[in-house]
Amino acid sequence: MKTILILGGGTAGTMMANKLRKQLPIDDYKIQVIDKDENHYYQPGFLFIPFGIYQPEEVVKKKKDLFSPYIDFILAEVDRIEVESNLVILKNGATLSYDVLIIATGSQVVPEETPQLKGKLWYKDIFDFYTYEGSVKLAEKLANWQGGRLVINLAETIIKCPVAPLEFTFLADAYFTEKGIRDKVSITYVTPLPGAFTKPKATKMLSQLLIEKSIEVIPDFYLQSVDNERKVLISYDEKEVPFDLLVSIPVNKGSDVIERSNIGDEDGLNFVPTDKYTLQAKAKENIFIIGDATNVPASKAGSVAHFEAEVLTENILSYIKGEPFKEKFDGHSNCFIETGYGKAALIDFNYTTEPLPGKFPFAGLGPLALLQESRINHWGKLAFKWVYWNMLLTGKKIPISHQMSMAGKINEEELIKK
Amino acid sequence: MNTLTSAPTLQVNEEGYLKNYQDWNRDWATEIAHQYNISLTPKHWDVLNWLRAKQAEGTALSVRKVGNSGIVDIKEFYALFPGGPLKISSRIAGIPKPASCI
Ligand SMILES: Cc1cc2nc3c(=O)[nH]c(=O)nc-3n(C[C@H](O)[C@H](O)[C@H](O)COP(=O)(O)OP(=O)(O)OC[C@H]3O[C@@H](n4cnc5c(N)ncnc54)[C@H](O)[C@@H]3O)c2cc1C
Repeated sequence: MKTILILGGGTAGTMMANKLRKQLPIDDYKIQVIDKDENHYYQPGFLFIPFGIYQPEEVVKKKKDLFSPYIDFILAEVDRIEVESNLVILKNGATLSYDVLIIATGSQVVPEETPQLKGKLWYKDIFDFYTYEGSVKLAEKLANWQGGRLVINLAETIIKCPVAPLEFTFLADAYFTEKGIRDKVSITYVTPLPGAFTKPKATKMLSQLLIEKSIEVIPDFYLQSVDNERKVLISYDEKEVPFDLLVSIPVNKGSDVIERSNIGDEDGLNFVPTDKYTLQAKAKENIFIIGDATNVPASKAGSVAHFEAEVLTENILSYIKGEPFKEKFDGHSNCFIETGYGKAALIDFNYTTEPLPGKFPFAGLGPLALLQESRINHWGKLAFKWVYWNMLLTGKKIPISHQMSMAGKINEEELIKK
Repeated sequence: MNTLTSAPTLQVNEEGYLKNYQDWNRDWATEIAHQYNISLTPKHWDVLNWLRAKQAEGTALSVRKVGNSGIVDIKEFYALFPGGPLKISSRIAGIPKPASCI
């Protein structure tokens, strides 16, 4: 009997367990998943909770109900991995051994990384919406807020779901407009990047949205600390941005397990050095990483974890047969961007192709507009919740290839060459 | 990029970032640095080499990562490349502009 041990039963860990269970004989392979949290959160739903579009209870399910039969789910916190001896040590002292280890411990927000971000104003005038608790607290705040200076700030550039802060900004504009107090609210988007949009085609196609919605953008602002007395953000080059209500996307880091196991990237952010095509750990051949836990230069998104899961399932099957890897992950990512008022845009890209305009063929729903707002895209975004619980997590095939396709996309450079 | 005089002219994109990682050389880097009024010191080179190594490994980069590199802290990084340290140092290092997915 061999053991496949999966650390983290979130989006990626659950998909991997269910996919592998379909492929590996029950008599020969044990599949174990360890997670410290009994609840599985549909994190994309955290975006909608602050605006009352989703109720908190809609985004939570019990983890144990999400695994197919013959998968052992262990509710426990992992302390560390002993890479050389193929062992995982739990906080409760138990030791588990494995033949193949899959690390799917994700990424979390760490407001403590920024001085005074989690100070006396935390959950009073400063909120995050990347956690269940934060999004629920923010919903209560917004329901009673009378207006003022709303600032959305990204403390770092490597964050999960890089479009979520912009979506939040667009939804806030619509929310206050519908509430009839938009004239009492100023909305400022403060980012360490050179702009709210950074890719040439996306900038060209979508920048107009910021102007239409009267959203001020402050680029190149790298947060050093927060002054709770004066209610200002302070950057490393001593610029200041005042706020009445701050919605922060704190620094994102991989799990502490990575640090305790001493297998993180040397930069201390606890993401695991991973081969960006095969998803094998750089540290050892029987360890694989998936989802937000990797250091590959792809978006940290559920759609990415899904495409990775298709590749990784094949690669793990090859690995245990002692065969060369057949599949390669190309960095494919596919994300809807809510823009408010029942509309959304869609982006589809990979390691080498930036988001391009055009149409995205989608069986059943019809072609979806890329880099453009449409109502169907918004329905697609809302339908994603059902797809997530019923298809993605259960390991069913969805009709989008893990490899990005150019079908429908318009590439001006290609047109010029022709 | 008509300001490039002494350095060999290399292929860059519309924002002045090097198209081919392999084309990079020290003369070109020095010339680009001058456009930002930066004279490259050994410390600058350490940062640039670290960025290139990370890029070659296929790692996503951020200011905090540079700050945790053991070469400079974030304040020093700002002092070396004032304004937008990651965007400027990336350009000089011949690696792509730091960007989000859109
Ligand atoms: C606000 C928001 C909006 C988003 N919107 C979208 C979207 O529209 N589309 C999209 O594709 N993606 C979206 N995402 C991103 C998506 O949710 C994540 O990329 C995805 O969940 C990553 O899956 P994962 O398995 O890598 O990590 P997770 O799902 O976070 O799972 C990690 C698991 O590891 C467990 N764990 C960590 N450390 C330990 C330990 N020491 N011991 C035991 N267990 C541990 C955690 O409890 C957790 O269950 C959004 C995210 C947020 C926050």
